[in-house]
Amino acid sequence: MRSRLANIDFIGVFLWVIRAAIIVAVVWGTTATILNNTYTTRQWTDFLVFGVAQGSMYALIAIGYTLVYGVLFMINFAHGEFFMSGIFTATVFLALPMDNAGWLDRNPLLGLLIIAVVSMVISVVIAVVTERIAYRHLRTAPRLVPLITAIGASFFWQNLYRGLLGGEQKPFPQLEVLTGTIPMLGTEIQKVHIVVIIVTIIMLIGLNFFIIRTKTGKAIRSVAEDKEVAALMGIDVDRTITITFITGAAMAGIAGVLYAMVYRQVHFFMGFIPGIKAFTAAVLGGIGSIPGAAIGGLFLGMFESVGPSLFLKGLGIPAFNQLKDVIAFTMLVLVLIFRPQGILGEPLAEKKA
Amino acid sequence: MAMLELNNVHAFYGNIHALKGISIEVNEGEIVTLIGANGAGKSTTLKTISGLLKPRTGSITFEGEDLTIFPAHDIVYKGIALVPEGRGVFAKLTVIENLDMGAFSRTDREGIAADLDRVMTLFPRLEERRKQIAGTLSGGEQQMLATARALMAHPRLLLMDEPSMGLAPVLVESVFETIQEINQEGTTVLLVEQNAHMALQVADRGYVLQTGEIVLKDTAKGLRDNEEVQKAYLGME
Ligand SMILES: Nc1ncnc2c1ncn2[C@@H]1O[C@H](COP(=O)(O)OP(=O)(O)O)[C@@H](O)[C@H]1O
Ligand SMILES: [Mg+2]
Repeated sequence: MRSRLANIDFIGVFLWVIRAAIIVAVVWGTTATILNNTYTTRQWTDFLVFGVAQGSMYALIAIGYTLVYGVLFMINFAHGEFFMSGIFTATVFLALPMDNAGWLDRNPLLGLLIIAVVSMVISVVIAVVTERIAYRHLRTAPRLVPLITAIGASFFWQNLYRGLLGGEQKPFPQLEVLTGTIPMLGTEIQKVHIVVIIVTIIMLIGLNFFIIRTKTGKAIRSVAEDKEVAALMGIDVDRTITITFITGAAMAGIAGVLYAMVYRQVHFFMGFIPGIKAFTAAVLGGIGSIPGAAIGGLFLGMFESVGPSLFLKGLGIPAFNQLKDVIAFTMLVLVLIFRPQGILGEPLAEKKA
Repeated sequence: MAMLELNNVHAFYGNIHALKGISIEVNEGEIVTLIGANGAGKSTTLKTISGLLKPRTGSITFEGEDLTIFPAHDIVYKGIALVPEGRGVFAKLTVIENLDMGAFSRTDREGIAADLDRVMTLFPRLEERRKQIAGTLSGGEQQMLATARALMAHPRLLLMDEPSMGLAPVLVESVFETIQEINQEGTTVLLVEQNAHMALQVADRGYVLQTGEIVLKDTAKGLRDNEEVQKAYLGME
């Protein structure tokens, strides 16, 4: 009797119960929503497009988490601040003055290009400084140390920006070229969402080329696998790690511009939630995997945007739209429990450090 | 002056005194072997030459130049390549990408292309598996890849750390044949081995390392004929 009891894996049973409960809730809610015909096809398309646009931004930010994790096995919690710093600086010192002078309305494309370049450059500078000063000396320290340092760096940049540029929301200029909708897919799609999606696709293609084809990209992958052997090849490991931070920060800098175009405001704390969401996306896709970060970002964006309406509304939850963050983080927890390596990740490595 | 000279080198891992004043010479064109039991300090010797570990005292010179002042990633530019213990191929990169990384230190496109031809002729297996992920290769193929990758740097001195480790006996033979072939094409080789039997057949000279000290040095023939070596390393009574 005792031995049979001992053989039952209680945790396993508990996990199966959770899985079953989630599946029942999702199926139930989805069925109810669909049977009630709550939303039209057109509304679903809107949710989906918004989800893809939001997911694109998560994907761009998630790349930075996954790249740095790939080479250092460290979660760079200051990455959200790399995202914030670029666009916050570019808005205050460029976008707003250019807009006030009326120049931005006359040269919107050139203006946006300049803003994007400056945002990228500032994000990159902040990243390089953080890596050089806060992280580099901690390469051989226990893994908790750089993690805590990263959280400290995150607070540092947030408060530096609050102190120097102010704690209030700053409006990002509204641009004529980005306003309005285009009829597509049987609905009206906002121009800005189309821009977000196209820019993301271009960035991801460029990144893919860089990582897969170029000598530096191969060096990054070599350093991610084995730093000693990479050094034997003549690869300067420190320099390659810096390049990895630069790459991730450049993507975050662009994501910041897209974010400002969609939400039209910037703030010293704006990196926090997107940062955590993108981290979730990176874990979801399999941290360390670049395609995983892209897929995880898209998946999370769509899930957040469609999920509340699809299965929470049907369950009769009143303020279901407020629950998108709950969905996102529930997903993170579920992934960590049931598939810690994420969608595309390999089983968590034993050796690494 | 020898091509590579280690003079009274001491190296430590924290408090562990791994090399206790070793002196080694390798002349241009030779195959020199370093034999010794597990833990004797063979890999440590190669690591100190390639800059992965800095000696605490003693000098290491290559073609008259002091190597100890350079970081590991500069050593390959001097003309020294290491085939690390356990091969150390980049498992997630393809065969050809591994070879590209072997030539990371070079910019002479034509020379790189010529060396690629050369290693593909030396190891036709790798040509067949060009696009394959290195982690999926067999042990023998990974050894070929690690050797080929080092050759892609076009080194004048090739350091090899136990290339026969973990390979089936037939493959071991071919590894040593390859080493001789590489040497005949003009590359100097410093070969670390536990398989003293094979190593002493291909080498010109050898050193015996014991707990961080050189206890014997001689021509390969001299070592083969040495009774102590026969007992301790060649399994003869
Ligand atoms: N990374 C390391 N940290 C601490 N001690 C080490 C390390 N690598 C090797 N050693 C020690 O140094 C000595 C020499 O090791 P090694 O050079 O690897 O021997 P061999 O290659 O001849 O088997 C051994 O006592 C080993 O335990
Ligand atoms: Mg060894």
